[in-house]
Amino acid sequence: MKKLFLKLKQYKSDPLSLFLFLLVSIAALTTFLILVFLIGYILVKGVPYITPSLFAFKYTSTNVSLLPALINTLTMTFLALFIAAPIGIFSAIYLVEYSKKDNKYIEVIRITAETLSGIPSIVYGLFGLLFFVTALGWGYSIIAGAFTLAIMILPLIMRTAEEALKSVSDSYREGSFGLGAGRLRTVFKIVLPAAIPGILAGIILAIGRIVGETAALIYTAGTVADISTSILASGRTLSVHMYVLSSEGFFVNQAYATAVMLLIIVIGINWLSGFVAKKIVRGNE
Amino acid sequence: MKKYQEQIFKIIFLLAACTSIIAVALICIFLFINGLPAMNKIGFLNFLLGSEWRPTNNIYGILPMILGSIYVTAGAIVIGVPVGILSAIFMARFCPQKLYSILKPAIDLLAGIPSVVYGFFGLVVLVPFIRDVFGGNGSSILTASILLGIMILPTVIAVSEAAIRAVPQSYYEGGLALGASHERSVFFATIPAAKSGILAGVVLGIGRAIGETMAVIMVAGNQARIPLDFLKGARTLTANIVIEMGYAAELHRDALIATAVVLFVFILIINLSFSALKRRSLQ
Repeated sequence: MKKLFLKLKQYKSDPLSLFLFLLVSIAALTTFLILVFLIGYILVKGVPYITPSLFAFKYTSTNVSLLPALINTLTMTFLALFIAAPIGIFSAIYLVEYSKKDNKYIEVIRITAETLSGIPSIVYGLFGLLFFVTALGWGYSIIAGAFTLAIMILPLIMRTAEEALKSVSDSYREGSFGLGAGRLRTVFKIVLPAAIPGILAGIILAIGRIVGETAALIYTAGTVADISTSILASGRTLSVHMYVLSSEGFFVNQAYATAVMLLIIVIGINWLSGFVAKKIVRGNE
Repeated sequence: MKKYQEQIFKIIFLLAACTSIIAVALICIFLFINGLPAMNKIGFLNFLLGSEWRPTNNIYGILPMILGSIYVTAGAIVIGVPVGILSAIFMARFCPQKLYSILKPAIDLLAGIPSVVYGFFGLVVLVPFIRDVFGGNGSSILTASILLGIMILPTVIAVSEAAIRAVPQSYYEGGLALGASHERSVFFATIPAAKSGILAGVVLGIGRAIGETMAVIMVAGNQARIPLDFLKGARTLTANIVIEMGYAAELHRDALIATAVVLFVFILIINLSFSALKRRSLQ
């Protein structure tokens, strides 16, 4: 209480400090309120429309079911991770464990990875259309979408895996070498297990990007509203479904409900990555 | 056998590391092979500076879209950057620990919300709001700017906060020792030292805003003509690709790919300046 009084007294003699304090507080409050309003608005408008018919196995224009899109999202996420996770983790292993520090080639890999992470998703979409869909002749398909997304999330997985591997203490490696293990054995048995939580955090972030992606998928995976029967068939993910609903404009209520589903997934993913991150901090202590 | 295994895996790791190089090379090749001949055929200057986009008459000028992207991005910067930087200052130097553990996940969540959800929010909340307050049909540069301003907040905040935290505490303490208040020390000693890091955050925000597609399409109106005021609609480079790619053929299709080339070059320039700034702030 006394502290507050002193602070107020100080502000009275120094209005600029008060002004600056109010400025930053209002800015932070604004940011927070925008989030609360956005989530609150969509929940209030959307939750009443989450009905059992939204989860029918077959999409029709009367039930506007989102279940097929949800299942396609799962397939897409799994496939994209299946492609990108090993490549991303392996390249991180190369960068951290195998390369010499002053290698010129490493610099090129780093620059290209940085470039990849800045490319807008629509450019990925266009590339996927030109390369996977047209040049390789896969047509609009889940697999074309998954490859496109895999390239998109590759830099994210690479960077987080690299940081995770770097944070493993060198004494682990030296201990393993000292016991006579080779480099490969050290990597797989000692370093990689210790880096798992960090790698996992990166993969969770990547899942978030896959679930939220639209622009890279419209012209690669297409917009067919059914559960895709094979990976060579077209299928829309939940985000694409949401875009189609809101741009058609016939099913605004269902679009709200779909937005609620997307928000729930994203909040879940964020919670999970926070949980894993806490694990990492505790593990390092 | 063991020896071979080591060698084989080393090669596998090396190949994996090459993937990102191959990916960038393929993206460049496919975009440029399809885009550059189209630019050539249309005429380089006609394409970049042509003020009319009428695919049915074979007129392809993307100046309206370039201006659309620039206006919308500039608007997003004007709206998002001040709030973002001030929030970052609050997070880094004013926020009590308890509040931080709420605020930080909130901002991470803001970053994780899919752009279609932002777009939808803009469509159902911002568009009617702008229509009621300023007139017109609501889909405008202003609407897109506000929405993008919100969307770049987490980027600007995260990068700036890290930059402010990286400033040595001694700067701030020096300010205090000279009799300045907490606020004055932060604003006049710490923040100037974090300048290039904060600028890097702004540049990254520009990259996000210029590359954003779905949210912009849903609120910007998408008229392919040179925007005259900020209550009129505009079409961005990204929107141009998504809207017409579905039915474009021949030269029209290649002109859209050329649009992506222009966007790609913009992004490369922004990325290069971001890395340059980041390097400078690390020194």
